[in-house]
Amino acid sequence: MTNTPLMLAGILILAVGTFALRFAGPLMRSRIEVPERAQQFLGAAAIVLLAALVATSALMDGHGPAGIARPAGVLVGGVLAWRKAPFVLVVVAAAATAAGLRLLGVP
Amino acid sequence: MLMRSIWRTLDRGPARDIGLVCLADGVVGLSYGAISVGGGLPLWVPVLLSVVVFAGASQFLFVGIVAAGGSPIAAVIAGLLVNTRHVAFGLAVSDVIGEGWRRLPGSHLMTDENVAFALGQDDLRHKRSAYWACGIGIFISWNIGVLIGGAAGSVITDTDAFGLDAAFPAVLLALVLPALRDRATRTAALIGIVVALAATPFLPAGLPVLLALVGMLFYRTDKPALEVSR
Repeated sequence: MTNTPLMLAGILILAVGTFALRFAGPLMRSRIEVPERAQQFLGAAAIVLLAALVATSALMDGHGPAGIARPAGVLVGGVLAWRKAPFVLVVVAAAATAAGLRLLGVP
Repeated sequence: MLMRSIWRTLDRGPARDIGLVCLADGVVGLSYGAISVGGGLPLWVPVLLSVVVFAGASQFLFVGIVAAGGSPIAAVIAGLLVNTRHVAFGLAVSDVIGEGWRRLPGSHLMTDENVAFALGQDDLRHKRSAYWACGIGIFISWNIGVLIGGAAGSVITDTDAFGLDAAFPAVLLALVLPALRDRATRTAALIGIVVALAATPFLPAGLPVLLALVGMLFYRTDKPALEVSR
């Protein structure tokens, strides 16, 4: 099942490629002076990506919907975070809500 | 300047919050190691991936495709696609990472979590400490978790039972919420979210999140004076 050289090559290509993607930003930024407005724009773009990551990982599982327990847990965590609850509480409440609902048979 | 409202809980105990995220990441690493070995892969595959790739979502994808009998080439392409968002992260946090040799380890340590932690801080000094502390902490806990999970086999294969799948979006949500109090960012994010969700059923993993950048077309930072005059 495992072709070791091919697997190793795959892992190394993924490693080099991923590093290149991560390094691209710092490399470009050290070459070009970025104006303040552009800096602000880039920060907002990163927030947009993270927000989309939150939404897709909370609501979707693969190509379909994620069921009820996970979105409910994230919602509870989100409301607590909005109310400025301690971070620990946000994380534990989100996990406990999802786990509790699943224990009750909610998907 | 990136004006971010203060995330109070982080101010109170940044080390504790970062520690919690590291712990949770370690548990996910545990399940990732166990799933990989349980799926028939030799232990070195998940362990090497975790050290040299160090990007959870792409690792799960890679192992999932390969363990299902898929081609490693397809697994590489899927993994790279999921990791493309790091380009935008790198542009946003390059000042935080620093200059010279620091850019090498600093880039490798880039994750969703430490980028979000850093962007949530008010000044460069706090951004920098949050970024590095969270990055190093996750690197250690993730790799230890993967090693233990892979070696022990089926310790925890189902993190869903513990609700960890809900904890991770909640962590990121808590970290980006302060930034979303800014109206221009919020508008762009909401449009981006709609686009990403609509695209998820049809596109391979990674692309929908990237498409959320469409929301930046609607990013408008009007000066307050202009808003008043309208």
